Amino acid sequence: MIKKTVTELCAALASGETTSEALTRAYLDRIAEHNGALNAYITVCEDSAMAQAREADAQRAAGSTAPLLGIPIAHKDLFCTQGVLTTSGSKILHNFVSPYDATVVERMQAAGAVMLGKTNMDEFAMGSSNESSYYGAARNPWDLKKVPGGSSGGSAAAVAADLCAMATGTDTGGSIRQPAAFCGVTGLKPSYGRVSRWGMIAYASSLDQAGPLCKSAEDAALLLNVMAGVDNKDSTSIDLPAEDFSAKLNDSLDGLRVGLPKQYFTSELNPSIAAIIKTAVGELEALGATVVEIDLPNSELALSAYYVIAPAEASTNLSRFDGVRYGYRCEGPKDLEDLYKRSRSEGFGEEVKRRIMIGTYALSAGFYDAYYRKAQKIRRLVKDDYARAFEQVDVIIGPTTPSPAFGLASIKDSVTMYLEDIYTIALNLAGLPGMSVPAGYVDGLPIGMQIVASDFAEAKLLNVAHQFQRVTDWHTHKPALTANKEA
Amino acid sequence: MAFDKSEVEKIAHLARLHLSSSESEEVAARVSDILGLIDKMQSVDTDAVAPLSHPFEAVQKLRPDVVTEPNRRDELQALAPLCQDGLFLVPKVIE
Repeated sequence: MIKKTVTELCAALASGETTSEALTRAYLDRIAEHNGALNAYITVCEDSAMAQAREADAQRAAGSTAPLLGIPIAHKDLFCTQGVLTTSGSKILHNFVSPYDATVVERMQAAGAVMLGKTNMDEFAMGSSNESSYYGAARNPWDLKKVPGGSSGGSAAAVAADLCAMATGTDTGGSIRQPAAFCGVTGLKPSYGRVSRWGMIAYASSLDQAGPLCKSAEDAALLLNVMAGVDNKDSTSIDLPAEDFSAKLNDSLDGLRVGLPKQYFTSELNPSIAAIIKTAVGELEALGATVVEIDLPNSELALSAYYVIAPAEASTNLSRFDGVRYGYRCEGPKDLEDLYKRSRSEGFGEEVKRRIMIGTYALSAGFYDAYYRKAQKIRRLVKDDYARAFEQVDVIIGPTTPSPAFGLASIKDSVTMYLEDIYTIALNLAGLPGMSVPAGYVDGLPIGMQIVASDFAEAKLLNVAHQFQRVTDWHTHKPALTANKEA
Repeated sequence: MAFDKSEVEKIAHLARLHLSSSESEEVAARVSDILGLIDKMQSVDTDAVAPLSHPFEAVQKLRPDVVTEPNRRDELQALAPLCQDGLFLVPKVIE
């Protein structure tokens, strides 16, 4: 039962085939069995989850038909959850029990979901491997010696290993799509502003966006229906007419125009991954899609611009961690400056400090025009590339990542790690929606196909992903966890 | 562009970070690498391009200036490392 999709579980709960209490117990047992090896959860909320499950069953008996009633889920540990530890993967928040709920958490709760716990992540969502977590790296369920990806690595690992029915994630430069690809699950990054950022611990505010990691595109549509919507508490959330993202899942792909960026399919791309993506595109052609090559001339510069904009916004956002109002405070500060400096230096990990340094430098007097302003101009060029491409095509397809999941502790230098996000980062600069869906294997590890649509065209994205999943079964494959247990 | 140790110390102070001498050296080397990646931007002429600060160029929304949140001072201050009489305590600032 725990291997089922959210859509299937909703049906099983509605028909009385199972109860939320039984389901929640089953997931908690599975977490108890496998979380030691996977480290996918930082916090497991056993008692409150069981209480919420019994409440969901009672509400069902009383006639409630809330869309996620009784479905056991997990939240990435940067969503604030009232009364529950919320660390953002950092030592500086090791004792932060949030006094309020994020809007996403509130919406999932209102839809009847049961919260199993909080998932592991790169510290402050800065990373592509989960290794920057203060709480130790989560592991890839397909191979415990490999990373699950990041930053939403705990969420991806938990979904892949059936330690929850779905998990929330956030994506600033690929943090939903890249771990989804590495762990063989379906991940959706909505358009910027589609989902409220209220109560998400901020990394880079003009790029951050929340979305689901789940077991099918059909689930992603159902979950986006719950997560999306304007929120007065987030002034950047966008007020769009209400939309049912499940409505167009079954539309025909006949006549769909697919673009393949020539910049992605070069000799530098791993040939096995290129072959997988070409085969997957072939499936779409068989469904009636036509394929053209497109040009995204500024793709390579997106990474450079991102590593100015994201650290600059991070250095500003993370100035709130000062050892005064909440979180970690150093021992015996000799004066206020010492309190700030040591609380922050002892509380933040290496990668976070590096990004704060880069951001502070980029924003410092005399360098603003050369770095931040320049990066914002490149951002427009990247956005314009996509706008031109979407005059010709409905979706853009490519690999989600340049390689399958890499080994734990195998990438030592920052720039090599940053290049892992080469295909995902441009979307965040442009604000576009994107998905990663499982499309095959290289060396026994899952490979993700990235599908990108134009601004607010999530329904198109989900339609294409769902039709692909109707004719393929990659998304239903499960890692052989028990075989890995002793690794 | 290269980033030397004295530059690192200046930026660390602006960011209110304390780095030990060995950390400063490592940060200088790593940040120089990252700036190398960033500096690829400089090869493109962007004189005629307007900066983009929001992906959809949305502008800040305004709302009526009315109180919407309750006062939860005690609850929020319970999270602080050190508080007294409703005030956050820090080392003495004024002698």
